[in-house]
Amino acid sequence: MSRNLKSAFFSALLVWAVAFPVLGLKLSIVGISLQVHGQGPLALSVIVVCSVLMFLRVLFDKQWSAMMRSAPRGALISPKVSNFLTLPRTQRYIILGLIAVALVWPFFGSRGAVDIATLILIYVMLGLGLNIVVGLAGLLDLGYVGFYAVGAYSYALLSHYFGLSFWVCLPIAGMMAATFGFLLGFPVLRLRGDYLAIVTLGFGEIIRLFLRNLTDLTGGPNGISNIPKPSFFGLSFERRAAEGMQTFHEFFGVEYNSINKVIFLYLVALLLALLALFVINRLLRMPIGRAWEALREDEIACRALGLNPTIIKLSAFTLGACFAGFAGSFFAARQGLVTPESFTFIESAIILAIVVLGGMGSQLGVILAAIVMILLPELMRDFSEYRMLMFGALMVLMMIWRPQGLLPMQRPHMELRR
Amino acid sequence: MSREILQVSGLSMRFGGLLAVNGVALSVKEKQVVALIGPNGAGKTTVFNCLTGFYKPSGGSILLDGQPIQGLAGHEIARKGVVRTFQNVRLFKEMTALENLLIAQHRHLNTNFFAGLFKTPGFRRSEHEAMEYAQYWLEKVDLVEFANRNAGTLAYGQQRRLEIARCMMTRPRILMLDEPAAGLNPKETEDLKALIGTLREEHGVTVLLIEHDMKLVMSISDHIVVINQGTPLADGTPQQIRDNPEVIKAYLGEA
Repeated sequence: MSRNLKSAFFSALLVWAVAFPVLGLKLSIVGISLQVHGQGPLALSVIVVCSVLMFLRVLFDKQWSAMMRSAPRGALISPKVSNFLTLPRTQRYIILGLIAVALVWPFFGSRGAVDIATLILIYVMLGLGLNIVVGLAGLLDLGYVGFYAVGAYSYALLSHYFGLSFWVCLPIAGMMAATFGFLLGFPVLRLRGDYLAIVTLGFGEIIRLFLRNLTDLTGGPNGISNIPKPSFFGLSFERRAAEGMQTFHEFFGVEYNSINKVIFLYLVALLLALLALFVINRLLRMPIGRAWEALREDEIACRALGLNPTIIKLSAFTLGACFAGFAGSFFAARQGLVTPESFTFIESAIILAIVVLGGMGSQLGVILAAIVMILLPELMRDFSEYRMLMFGALMVLMMIWRPQGLLPMQRPHMELRR
Repeated sequence: MSREILQVSGLSMRFGGLLAVNGVALSVKEKQVVALIGPNGAGKTTVFNCLTGFYKPSGGSILLDGQPIQGLAGHEIARKGVVRTFQNVRLFKEMTALENLLIAQHRHLNTNFFAGLFKTPGFRRSEHEAMEYAQYWLEKVDLVEFANRNAGTLAYGQQRRLEIARCMMTRPRILMLDEPAAGLNPKETEDLKALIGTLREEHGVTVLLIEHDMKLVMSISDHIVVINQGTPLADGTPQQIRDNPEVIKAYLGEA
């Protein structure tokens, strides 16, 4: 009992040690200096309650776990439903349903809702691309945001210096990012697991620092602004068109409404996301897609069967990066501004969280996870200070309850002729 | 009889100060079954690793059809038709049995990116043929009903059979089996013996195997090579090996 009491006491103390600096103190700026204040009684009482609960939980650990064990062990979702939901065919229908919703969304949603949906679509694209590298090929890439940055800056620079339009730059940006993916692929071919993660992490940072310090070319920390938006077959969505261009509202004789621009951007994002979805979906069913998964499972067996691991790894890196490039150039067009600060490590972490949360390798999972990861912070703006705390909590809970991700996918069932 | 397909001479492999394999010579004729035996740690698997390109041998020559293959990468040697299994089964465990067989046919499939993207007739045909061939071998090793089961969930004996079937998908000329009977029960060992017989008779495959089950080795091998502590001890027909006093002393044991 005394041992229990001791560990319970320390657990409660730990709650204090963690929660008090985070929740119990407040920084405020007085003149030019920072001052630390204690929080109000509410925050303090929350911490007290939490620590008491933790104290009791640890003290009665045995009783608690006995109770949990005897309680009817109903899974969160019944195995039948879960089996149904993970069938490839069900997932295909859910995806089709989601696409239908996505198509009508801009015509019913508010401007803000469409804007958020556009952001979600960017992350869907990124998630699907990273899913190739991490989920399928099993190569832990922490620098994925680097390729996103390459795509964004490709469009920004080409339009800034050469005045090229979005639609011309889109494939170029994809190819640029793919080239960088290929180049990164070479040195990391021999690395695996943690070592690969560290090198890719470094690579992402190198790209960001390059963009930040090549002030003459990229504008340094200020980035590049006034990047033109995509046009609709040469029609601009601005109030007044640039020289030699016509505006959308003049051409169709409708009143200028700025929401048209938002909706158009959304539709472009949807088009790109659907393209990514289609291509990657096909890739999964092609020999190369199978080879990626085989490589994840056992590289030595792959070699023994005559598969060239070098080519398979490089193709995963290259194609994954290519989709990040597309997403990046769209991001640049939507923001109208790119700065190195948009491509920090936290972006990589969010994209990776989307892939892991979704269930590695599952496309529907990635889409749902992208919605959750982008929508939640938006819905909980009031708690924005605790965003990272919530991310952490979400991840821990996922690891406990659904370590395989939100919606993993079963292996496809292939019919044999009888 | 028939011509020589694999000729190994003076093969040696050095790990730092340790000479794991020293001067091993092998000569394998087409459609023969050749066994490599010896006590644990004798260097049998090291010889396999050298032959299949997983190690770069420190010395000696390996000729496949008279062409040197030593020093080539593992996948290049596999593409020349020398395919192996592993001592501990190395299947793609999270993938289905059928997918395991499809992956092994990678090189024989239409891997054109655009053909696959738009499902061209050529792509469909190539996928269809791969499925047919996979089914043929699933029937051969009696695993049709498990085609869509994850390979990792199969019983051990089934995994062993699937691994051999997966090797056959690559259309090998020489099949190298590393302890194929390890962990099998007597019935499964009998089946394995029959399977190796079929591989040789019907598919013209040359088999090189490492095995400790002397009953199996003596009954299916045309030729046996014994190595001990990395050096060749004896080679000959099963009868010669059985009667060789040195082999009995080092490995087989006195009766």
